[in-house]
Amino acid sequence: MRSNTAKMPGPAAGARIQTERDADGALRLILSGHLDVDSTGALWREATAAAQGAGGGALVVDATGLDYCDTAGAALLVALEREQQAAGGAFAIEGLRDEFAQIVAMLRPSETATTAPPEAKLSFLARLGRSTLEVATDLRTLVAFVGELSVFTLRTLRHPGELRFRDAVSVADRAGIGAVPIVALVGFLLGLILAFQGAIPMQRFGAQIFVADLLGISMLRELGPLMAAILLTARSGSAFAAEIGTMKVNEEIDALSTMGLEPVRFLVVPRVLAALAVVPALTALTSGFALLGGLVVFVQLGFPAVTFWNRILESVHVSDVVGGYAKALVFGVIVAAVGCLRGLQTGNGAQAVGASATSAVVSGIILIAVTDGIFAVVFYVLGI
Amino acid sequence: MAERGETIIKVEGLTAKYGDRLIFDRLSCEVKRGEVFVILGGSGCGKSTLLKHMIGLYTPAAGHILIDGDDITTAKGDARRRLLRKIGVMYQSGALFGSMTLLENVRLALEEFANLPNDAMDAIAASKLRLVQLEGFENFYPAEISGGMKKRAAIARAMALDPAILFLDEPSAGLDPITSAELDQTILRLARTLGVTFVVVTHELPSIYAIADRVIMLDPRVHGIVATGAPAQLRDHAKDEWVRRFFRREAEPVASAGATA
Repeated sequence: MRSNTAKMPGPAAGARIQTERDADGALRLILSGHLDVDSTGALWREATAAAQGAGGGALVVDATGLDYCDTAGAALLVALEREQQAAGGAFAIEGLRDEFAQIVAMLRPSETATTAPPEAKLSFLARLGRSTLEVATDLRTLVAFVGELSVFTLRTLRHPGELRFRDAVSVADRAGIGAVPIVALVGFLLGLILAFQGAIPMQRFGAQIFVADLLGISMLRELGPLMAAILLTARSGSAFAAEIGTMKVNEEIDALSTMGLEPVRFLVVPRVLAALAVVPALTALTSGFALLGGLVVFVQLGFPAVTFWNRILESVHVSDVVGGYAKALVFGVIVAAVGCLRGLQTGNGAQAVGASATSAVVSGIILIAVTDGIFAVVFYVLGI
Repeated sequence: MAERGETIIKVEGLTAKYGDRLIFDRLSCEVKRGEVFVILGGSGCGKSTLLKHMIGLYTPAAGHILIDGDDITTAKGDARRRLLRKIGVMYQSGALFGSMTLLENVRLALEEFANLPNDAMDAIAASKLRLVQLEGFENFYPAEISGGMKKRAAIARAMALDPAILFLDEPSAGLDPITSAELDQTILRLARTLGVTFVVVTHELPSIYAIADRVIMLDPRVHGIVATGAPAQLRDHAKDEWVRRFFRREAEPVASAGATA
């Protein structure tokens, strides 16, 4: 559009405005030239400011010299008219060509137009009540979802024939096998860095050999399951939310419901079971590669590799490993369930799918952190 | 098979709201067995909302919807599943499952609800696709076929368990006139030969004249039904002028321009 008007010959491009006082005291606004989307923009402030000079008196817009006026120009005329009406002054347009007058007539707000009632301003108490209700609804949805998921998971475990086995295997493949490279890389680097950073202060006490203990306990008990779960959230929790969210947007979830296929049984159970199946392996991989990374540093420090192994056997207890895997399994269920729940809660449109994916990752990581804290307390009390 | 012409869906005093906004105020209507029943109205008047209440996706604020005498608004568990077996739904976008071929889409309901050997399920699913002229496309994925074909495939999927009632949400929206006419033919054939009851949401006039036995016209001004009848009857004799205009495809007369003061 801009380039079109730029090519127009001199006087046609652009509009001018002049003000005069009529003999009867009315303010006369003389518009001339080419009133299109570009020139109107430049003129808008000037015109409205000039019109205010009428100060409640009559305003006449003289459009005789106007050789072009599109909807933008007409919008200016309508705006002037409305402001005059609001100020209580008389308003008239003179000399406007018939075809332009028709555009102005179309843009005038209709008196019968139904306007949505303005959102009532709520008091603090009302807003508090509303937010409380929203939180309560959210919690109820969560509880209902957990209940439904438990019922269907138990039913599937009792009648394995009901599981959509192909779906579960395909999810396990994507969430598990697909994650091997990144899990291996992150695990290896984590071990390498942890061992290296740990070795520097330990060197001052000649305690470098305990790098192996440090790595063994922290990875097998704590960081292995945690890193695996966070990677699973980022890769697969978000993917579950986006997949199911897109199905929601496409009405596929509605279609499942009206076919009598419960979305939780059909979509969520295979994903949760698949996550449950892959998360121990991912945890083992993370810890394994981290120990490998630590071993590299350990050997660089001048110790034989077998010492590393012996230190770990000595310092790490079976309960550490079992505790780590117990956590990993719980994390896996949480990540998959939250991802699917966020997917099922998706609203309308592409943006909602993105929001669900983000929300799946954020809630997943928060829940992992909280659960990890709970585990720490429980393990402490149990003396594990 | 039950008698044609008896009531199969009964909507009683349906009140629906989105938040504080009232959509329906005690709306009532009946659908007869074997007829093509069209829900009509301008954009945003609640056509799809009424449909989604009828298929049990939305819970009404008040009122009941009886399908074959059973209330779908309160049915739970097995009762609900039995009710859902009687209906099939074609959604506006088709809503085919993108990760499955057309045959698998149609087969899904059979796998879940019918106790059939594998090859029988394949044969039945293929025959449903033939019913909507999609023979040869069994192994295509939804992303590989056109919009009109998706809608027909969605009808085939909705027909998988031979429901008594088929709900179609805007079957001809976004289709060219020929494809749309073909879809109308398919609907008519299924209604006349198999005695399937159709509830169709649409605002395509040619389609309505071609298929509709009875039309209800929704109007947001009354939060409910403003007219009921056969399309030709509404066009010529509706009490409400807006309804007659709707059927004649007339806009409001253009106001005389020029008055500017």
